[in-house]
Amino acid sequence: MEHINWIHNLPFFSIFIAMFAILLTAMFRTAKMAKRIHMTMMCIVVILSAILTYHMAVAPETFTFTMGHYPAPWGNELTAGPLEALMALVFGTVMLLSVMGGWVFIEKDVLQEKQYLYYIMLDAAMGAMLALIYTNDIFTAYVFIEINTLAACALVLAKGTATAMVGATHYLIMGLLGSGLFLFGVSILYSITGHLLLPQIGEAVTVLAASGQYHFALLIATAFLFIALAIKSGLFPFHTWLPVAHPIAIPASSAILSGFVVKGYVIFAIKLMYSVFSVEFMHELGIIDILFVFGVLGMVFGSLSAMRQRKMKKILAYSSVAQIGYIYMGVGLGTEIGLTAACFHMIAHGFTKSMLFLCAGSFVKQCGNIDDMDQMRGIAYKNPVAGIGYTIGAMSMIGIPLLAGFISKLYFATASIFSEGKMAASLLVLGISMILNALYFLPSVMAIWTTKKGMQEAKRANISPWFITSIVLLLCINVGLGVWYQPVIELIEVGLQLLQK
Amino acid sequence: MGNLGVNFYESASVILFGIGFMNLLLQKNLIKKFIGLNIMDTAVFLFLAAKGFVFGGSAPIIVDGITDASYYVNPVPAGLVLTGIVVAVSVTAFSLALVQRLYQHYGSLNMDVIMRKMKEEEH
Repeated sequence: MEHINWIHNLPFFSIFIAMFAILLTAMFRTAKMAKRIHMTMMCIVVILSAILTYHMAVAPETFTFTMGHYPAPWGNELTAGPLEALMALVFGTVMLLSVMGGWVFIEKDVLQEKQYLYYIMLDAAMGAMLALIYTNDIFTAYVFIEINTLAACALVLAKGTATAMVGATHYLIMGLLGSGLFLFGVSILYSITGHLLLPQIGEAVTVLAASGQYHFALLIATAFLFIALAIKSGLFPFHTWLPVAHPIAIPASSAILSGFVVKGYVIFAIKLMYSVFSVEFMHELGIIDILFVFGVLGMVFGSLSAMRQRKMKKILAYSSVAQIGYIYMGVGLGTEIGLTAACFHMIAHGFTKSMLFLCAGSFVKQCGNIDDMDQMRGIAYKNPVAGIGYTIGAMSMIGIPLLAGFISKLYFATASIFSEGKMAASLLVLGISMILNALYFLPSVMAIWTTKKGMQEAKRANISPWFITSIVLLLCINVGLGVWYQPVIELIEVGLQLLQK
Repeated sequence: MGNLGVNFYESASVILFGIGFMNLLLQKNLIKKFIGLNIMDTAVFLFLAAKGFVFGGSAPIIVDGITDASYYVNPVPAGLVLTGIVVAVSVTAFSLALVQRLYQHYGSLNMDVIMRKMKEEEH
């Protein structure tokens, strides 16, 4: 048996620990223990991912971890490279900080005896997300996509109100349409390639693409897989569930849903595109152009819909639609720099949007559960931490320099200059959507900082120290990413090069 | 067109998948919606099972020391179908529980009625 570097066990252990936390929590069945187990698990996962990322930054490599030592065409495999390690680290941190900042809301809005179930769903979402990032087997990916959908749906449901149920039903139906398409795509792909592991499918696809055999079947399978992932991640024409699900979910759930659940599918799409189908073949099939068009439309329509909203959480939900559009535009450019921009934007948006949702949730709670911008005048003076967090987050999303959002926009612009045929469209839309971003974020920022005449003296609200810690940490990460972005970008570039078959 | 007749299992499963998909997408009645989901998933299982079947092959358990692969049916799709069934069952259970709660609250299974009642409650 070959010797395995101990670092190579880390992906498996982080998935295993997340799944084991579910069992442990189910045994104890108390909210207090569930919270402790969840936080311990998250800290371990973040530390493991950080070690892996550090290792990858020092000595970049990709490795596969064979489950049960069954060799390639038969066994199940995990694979990790710089990109996967970095994404696991980012999503783990987003989850940790969102839950830390969201404790107040979880304790207030979720029934006491149901709280441990909420933590179980958080563990399941984390485990499924890690498995989706690391897996090298397309059917395993399907199973974890389903687990992720159900867990996210339960997170949306957490409040238990009738509106939450309606929102969750919408989300569930859209999610299930996506899963059905994905499963069918996997079946067709399996039947024409005879493999389930990504590298083996990749080899078979190269042979099929060269010979032109099964061209139509391949096109259908690829289209099904990518449409399914687009539905799941809320790309523009399939985004309808996002604005329904976000406002009714509790802030911690919204932060997690927007911060990383929708991104995991994009990561898997990038992995499929790079290590299975190859960019040239995706160009040939035309799917990459469709993703580009949908992404560009999403950027504009998401922002336009956000402008019409008066409710803060709806604005943020439509803003998420627009940002997912950005990410798919980067993917659709089909160049390495476009994908780098897309990956960086996933990180930047993950940290920013979770902070925005937590702050908006804090405002809503303070207004007595009324989510209306006009009711929130001057609220930032009563709740300065959330006020500053919201303002900086909005500035980052608009693309003010020194913040994370600026760097991703810079890279998107660079990427569009270097892409043939798509330069004019993408630059134009980037410009328009940047203005639209400012137009829909500024009214809400102005609303929270302006007081009405005759309003009583601002009284400081009682804010939990955990909320403050989480917002401050998210702010630091945001500024840090905006200033020291170079190492992250380098890691993404190396990861993408290693991913390419 | 001839191929459709030869691969009639696959043709049937694609048609069933379409029926299930459109039901899940367009039906107003929630129970019918989730029946559509089950039709859709089962259609994929039929497709997989048909793809894995080797005519004249026996169950993939080695008997009498025959190790020639063409003697047995492909066991991998059967494994996929089993996993898929587990997923489909849990998803169906989850969605039916959700439908039950919705019915208790709104007294209807029709998505349009539920949406209308929800909007009325909001105002």
